[in-house]
Amino acid sequence: MEPLERYRPIIDDFEDFLAACQRPLGNAVRVNTIKASVDRALAALEAEGLAYEQADWNPRVLDLETDAPGSTWTSFHGFTHGQEEVSAVPPVVLDPQPGERVWDCCAAPGGKATQLAALMDDRGTVVANDNNLGRISALRFNAERLGATSLAVTNEDARNYSLERFEFDEFDRTLVDAPCSCEGTIRKNPDALDNWSEGHVSSVAGIQKGIIRRAIQATREGGTVVYSTCTFAPEENEAVVQHAVDEEDCRVVDFALELEHAPGLTEWDGRSFDSSLEKAARIYPHHNDTGGFFVAKLEVTA
Amino acid sequence: MSHDNDGQRFDRLPATADERTVGGRATREEVVDYFADRFGIPPATFDDYTFWEKGAGKIWVYGGEASTPLEIEAIGMTCLRTRQEHWKPTTDFVQRFGRAATACVIDLAPAEARRFAAGADQEIPRWDGDWGYLIAAHDVAGEREPIGVGLYVHGELRSMVPKGRQRDLES
Repeated sequence: MEPLERYRPIIDDFEDFLAACQRPLGNAVRVNTIKASVDRALAALEAEGLAYEQADWNPRVLDLETDAPGSTWTSFHGFTHGQEEVSAVPPVVLDPQPGERVWDCCAAPGGKATQLAALMDDRGTVVANDNNLGRISALRFNAERLGATSLAVTNEDARNYSLERFEFDEFDRTLVDAPCSCEGTIRKNPDALDNWSEGHVSSVAGIQKGIIRRAIQATREGGTVVYSTCTFAPEENEAVVQHAVDEEDCRVVDFALELEHAPGLTEWDGRSFDSSLEKAARIYPHHNDTGGFFVAKLEVTA
Repeated sequence: MSHDNDGQRFDRLPATADERTVGGRATREEVVDYFADRFGIPPATFDDYTFWEKGAGKIWVYGGEASTPLEIEAIGMTCLRTRQEHWKPTTDFVQRFGRAATACVIDLAPAEARRFAAGADQEIPRWDGDWGYLIAAHDVAGEREPIGVGLYVHGELRSMVPKGRQRDLES
């Protein structure tokens, strides 16, 4: 937990925060509406005798009372998919519409990409990309199990991604769920902080900046880019979005999120950020008994 | 003029045999007719979809935009194996589109459904329809739900659920 000490000045109820980080998480699943309506999925869970609780902010997110969430009929049929509650936030903030062209540039293992397809009623085009070939097989497996037919899978480095292969040359919306230092996943993965170092944070921030810039370039004017990480480090969050605002045509915009959160930072380690960064959301484990997440929404401008 | 299939890339299926340029490639018409003739799935089900071949006889169904040929990892889902004596639909396709089937669907009792999902073969003498590939289904909260593809021969239903999709289900 020691790397988290650096956040003492910015997190309210810091002791509560640390205590929450030490508690394990429950089994969250997302209802996959490509395969089943929420009502049908709930009926199927009830028929299996599985207890659940729906998240207040999103009826498609459930906390499931089972030790084996993958060994249920609802999982076998693809009615549900194991996905952490906060991990379901970025696709909702991106708000893709049926028929649109959407890019998930760091998509494996596919929870958010298939959620995007479901939000679009599986109509339109979701390009799910990942640079890691090993993780692509998990992405493909999940996409097929969940019945996403609007999804195309590519294996490239998002930083210099080419759209030449497609019949269109820009996306309506892009999700950048960036590779990060994963501090916010400590409740799921107690080893998450083992290899933490400032050097690692700084090197991953460099990659994040390259990816968010390409994402903005590949999205049409007036389109939306959502940037998210599962970490608390301002170097990987506000500083990356600030870099995008400085270097590309875009601005940070507001979004509604009915999950308790703190605003983005405008200051860190002697450096100040644009006041618009307050529109970003910092989701902490002690706020909603979830993992940690950062989400910012950008509009692409001229 | 007939070319060989390039197994490394996606090629959209020709609409009909007249437009076929790659030897042995299934046509869109044949694929849609197969699903209709074998399982009674209405052809209109696929109006908004394109069909593609990548790999020898592996057919994919896709609802998004793409140009042909295309060199990427995947589009949509694998739906059918052709280039063999009997065409064979995939488990994932049947789970996604099999609710529209009206023929060659075998309804399984709870214990039979569990064995099927675990990948087991079982004696089921009551089927008096066609032999060959069937859609295995069971009741989920009062509605029929397809589980996957089974091969029915000589009174035995063999589960075609791929290894990675097999599960030991408790109830």
